[in-house]
Amino acid sequence: MSGFQTDHSRARGLGAAKHGASHWIGERVGAIALAPLSLWAVYAGIGLGRADYGTAVAWVGNPLNAVLLFLLLVTSFWHMHAGMRVIVEDYIHKTFSKVALLVLNLFVCVLAGGLGVFALLKVAFSGGAF
Amino acid sequence: MVELTLPKNSKVGKGKHHPAPDGAKKVKTFRVYRYDPETGQNPRWDTYDVAVDQCGPMVLDAIIHIKNTMDPSLTFRRSCREGVCGSCAMNIGGRNTLACTCAWEDVPGQAIQISPLPHQPVIKDLVPDLTQFFAQYAEIEPWLHTDTPEPEKEWKQSIEDRAKLDGLYECILCACCSTSCPSYWWNPEKFMGPAALLHAYRWLIDSRDEATGERLDALEDPFKLYRCHTIMNCAQVCPKGLSPAKAIAEIKKMMAERLL
Ligand code: SF4
Ligand code: SF4
Ligand code: FES
Repeated sequence: MSGFQTDHSRARGLGAAKHGASHWIGERVGAIALAPLSLWAVYAGIGLGRADYGTAVAWVGNPLNAVLLFLLLVTSFWHMHAGMRVIVEDYIHKTFSKVALLVLNLFVCVLAGGLGVFALLKVAFSGGAF
Repeated sequence: MVELTLPKNSKVGKGKHHPAPDGAKKVKTFRVYRYDPETGQNPRWDTYDVAVDQCGPMVLDAIIHIKNTMDPSLTFRRSCREGVCGSCAMNIGGRNTLACTCAWEDVPGQAIQISPLPHQPVIKDLVPDLTQFFAQYAEIEPWLHTDTPEPEKEWKQSIEDRAKLDGLYECILCACCSTSCPSYWWNPEKFMGPAALLHAYRWLIDSRDEATGERLDALEDPFKLYRCHTIMNCAQVCPKGLSPAKAIAEIKKMMAERLL
């Protein structure tokens, strides 16, 4: 409790941010997209586990596979970012630590996603030679 | 940060034991949270061996029996003793509920543990400070908003539209739900809590209300509304059998509907 602030003033706080609904829809759409994408990835992974290196590289080079992998990567990291963000907002209340963690979360997700996409493109376009 | 341990001055110590009177036939032990701000001491657990054959069937009967015959200093709220006023909400055997509608026979375990509603400042013993809870309720402006000039008689509503208020209007604002909600524990000032949101929905779907858009505007916020993660504790504990979780889900649907 700070000073002589009234109960109303405390309950009102800084007011409504006037956004949130689009995030909520986004989270749900991401989750819906991830369900078939992950099933497809598991199924494909099992098949590739038995294949040799050349077959796997050729598989990634297939346009449909490459695009689906790209979508899987982007959606996963987007979803991960949203999920981690909720956890930070739930549990961390000191403004500085909260903002620092939110920024860190964004950077880590974008970095990991970026590396994944780069690796995918490299394999798809140049046949995997590093 | 979330506090996983109690602050030093909130740690609960061991308190006094009050034995049952001689000749008690059926005895049940109640372990009750005690805190008196005037002593400057930490809270403590007092135990009372209550001769339950001498009191009524509800936990509230037992507490009143304790106050009348064993320890007049025990402090708690109650009024209607029949589940309509919402005063006697407390945590009984690990569950928020109304002491007046909870039978001591039905509480599992050797000793029945009773503490104030969780995560609220304690005024004394079992009396929590619900100031903020009620301020949040007031924040949703729980009255009819209209611009149309008042009709000569009443604002009319069809039977079907009136039925939409069932499962909402029955709320007695006991605060069992909000104080059982982890999201409310972690962000009590920014999240409105299930009770206030249930009432928000009660006005959002009232066919007579003309401020639906403004009401949604006031709630569209990552914290005020969207801190609810559908944990469902609220619906599990509501002593009136209501589901704030469902009302909140309906508000989220309305928010989405307005965007799509
Ligand atoms: S919804 Fe139920 S638990 Fe919550 S305040 Fe209303 S009556 Fe109490
Ligand atoms: S459903 Fe929402 S309001 Fe109810 S207990 Fe869970 S998080 Fe809290
Ligand atoms: S005394 Fe009124 S609800 Fe329990």
